Amino acid sequence: MQPRTFPKRPPSPTNATPVVHAPRNLEFKSYLPEIFKGVGVSMKHFFENTREMVRAERPDPVLDRFDDGITTISYPEQKRPYPERFRGVHRLTTRDDGSMRCVACLCCSTACPAQCIFIEAGEYPPGDARRGYERYPVRFVVDELRCIFCGYCVEACPCDAIRMDTGMHAVPYDSRDQFIYDRDLLLSFDGQDGTFETRNPRHEPGDGTYPGVTREGEPH
Amino acid sequence: MTLMQLVWTLVKILIMVGFLLNLAGVLTWADRRQSAMIQHRIGPNRASVTLFGREFRILGLLHTAADGIKFFTKEDFMPVRADRLLFALAPILSMGAVFTLLAVVPFGDTICPHQFALHFPNVFVGPAVQRNGLCAIDLKSGYYPIDLTVAPLSVGVLYVFAMAGQGIIGAAIAGWSSDNKFSLMGALRAASQMVSYEVTLGLSLIGAMMIYGTVRLDDMVRWQSENAWGIFVQPLAFFLFFAASVAENKRIPFDLPEAESELVSGYFTEYAGMKFGMFYFAEYAEIVTGSMLLVTIFLGGWALPFFHRDGITIAFGRLQVVRALVPHVWMIVLGVLAFFAKVVVVCWIQCFVRWSLPRFRYDQLMKLGWRVLLPASLANILVTGVVWLALDNAGPAVSDALSILADVTQAFVALAMTYFVARAVIGLLTPVRHERTLLGSSADAAAKSGGTKTEPMQA
Repeated sequence: MQPRTFPKRPPSPTNATPVVHAPRNLEFKSYLPEIFKGVGVSMKHFFENTREMVRAERPDPVLDRFDDGITTISYPEQKRPYPERFRGVHRLTTRDDGSMRCVACLCCSTACPAQCIFIEAGEYPPGDARRGYERYPVRFVVDELRCIFCGYCVEACPCDAIRMDTGMHAVPYDSRDQFIYDRDLLLSFDGQDGTFETRNPRHEPGDGTYPGVTREGEPH
Repeated sequence: MTLMQLVWTLVKILIMVGFLLNLAGVLTWADRRQSAMIQHRIGPNRASVTLFGREFRILGLLHTAADGIKFFTKEDFMPVRADRLLFALAPILSMGAVFTLLAVVPFGDTICPHQFALHFPNVFVGPAVQRNGLCAIDLKSGYYPIDLTVAPLSVGVLYVFAMAGQGIIGAAIAGWSSDNKFSLMGALRAASQMVSYEVTLGLSLIGAMMIYGTVRLDDMVRWQSENAWGIFVQPLAFFLFFAASVAENKRIPFDLPEAESELVSGYFTEYAGMKFGMFYFAEYAEIVTGSMLLVTIFLGGWALPFFHRDGITIAFGRLQVVRALVPHVWMIVLGVLAFFAKVVVVCWIQCFVRWSLPRFRYDQLMKLGWRVLLPASLANILVTGVVWLALDNAGPAVSDALSILADVTQAFVALAMTYFVARAVIGLLTPVRHERTLLGSSADAAAKSGGTKTEPMQA
């Protein structure tokens, strides 16, 4: 039986460039030149990487990340710094004198959609200038397992007392109670800039920048 | 056999098997670490021991030991319907074939104990031995010349062919006894592939045997030491033998019997624990023995260019440039070191082949074996025979020219070795240059703090 033949259609006009195939000559078919080229490429990379390894001059995995060498990050020993606005584990900031900025207004725990912040407010002792004017947290607990790292607490805080700029990611622990960070632990974290304060100044009563009423002699 | 000969044989076996096992172990590491260096990765470097309160990683070499411990402590699994005897026998056979091959490989020049006895306290500065011929057997003193071969057989290469053929049996039995279709297909592939390439493996050496005029491996090395290395007199056979021995090792690009994307892991799919470990180890041991044969037959064995039994003689034909006599013991030590160093280099190159080439398709493999390599090896025999006959009857002028040419090849090898060593040293001393690209705030942060913080770590 004659095989059916279909009428040939003229090729549709395209602007594609035709694929150039290697010529099927003896040099190509014997594989040898290509094998030498391939092994040569392997050797080139091997020697370059081995030289960097031997001289302990491997490229910096963050700064030279487009370099040709080995840019793998050896995790526990090397850590990639997080971007400036990375929301990491919380911290509580301090004032210039080292006391807590938090005034226990409960804004953050109210704003928290995951309800992971618990604050027990307390009054400053009698005689303290701040007594009756602001409070402080007796307990300030963040459950890092419940936290969804949305950053609403940071937005809500009127005093810039809670921040998420530690640059630390949540650490794996082996039991749930270890994820509950208390006040002193949160105070012990520093920001990515290495300080325990924030760049936003706090306007204390008596400063020229203080917007409110002064404390002395005024009823509150 | 005197007691002395027995002791020497045991020492030779220990050296050879010790070298094989250690190099095979190191190769399992080298394969991984070298591939990491080729592919811009770090590779295995986590296994460590703590000694005196310090952690030692030794470039990840301890992963070899960790693997060994793991193999020994794993469950010795056997499929329910497997043939128990054959299943246990297969790894032993495939390892045994590799080990028996070693018996005829010479790893050094013949020692003359007579020399040491004559100059006993001062063997390191004593006079050199004769360049040609072996030391005479002195029956009165009882000193026999010691061949640095475990079994100096007169059949040499023929024994190699016989033993190399045994490797098929291990693979075939493993696949048959496993009661697994993948294993069986892997075994079939292994058997057909090894039988096909065995033909080329054997025929490629015929030309070399004709030129060397012997089947003894140590005499082959002596011929190469006096004339030119086998790679220069039989270049085509060198490539044929290299390709066939890689195919015999069942390694990429010829790893069809264990093609993991098609056959899980081929004929040893059902194996676990140390039985799998033996197959795994046999693969690397085969690389070592294949490299040993390649070195012995084509790369001058223990011989170094211009280094002879009596010392260093740089001569081109009858023109003698340098001649220095060296004590016998140094030449022996140098020869043994040269042989093992060459084997290591050839193994290292085989690892490069494994990490550079893609796997063949099965029909391509068979076509390459039967339609390309086999005719090429037959043609090699024909051409070698004709040329050898022609040159042999051409007269003294041609043979003089050939001997000068042979010395030129020796000089070429010496220069090439110097060049590569010098280039490696210069390359190591050249400073490394990196291109800095700051993108994103984390790179800015790292740049501000003077680079990514790195706690002390080992390679």
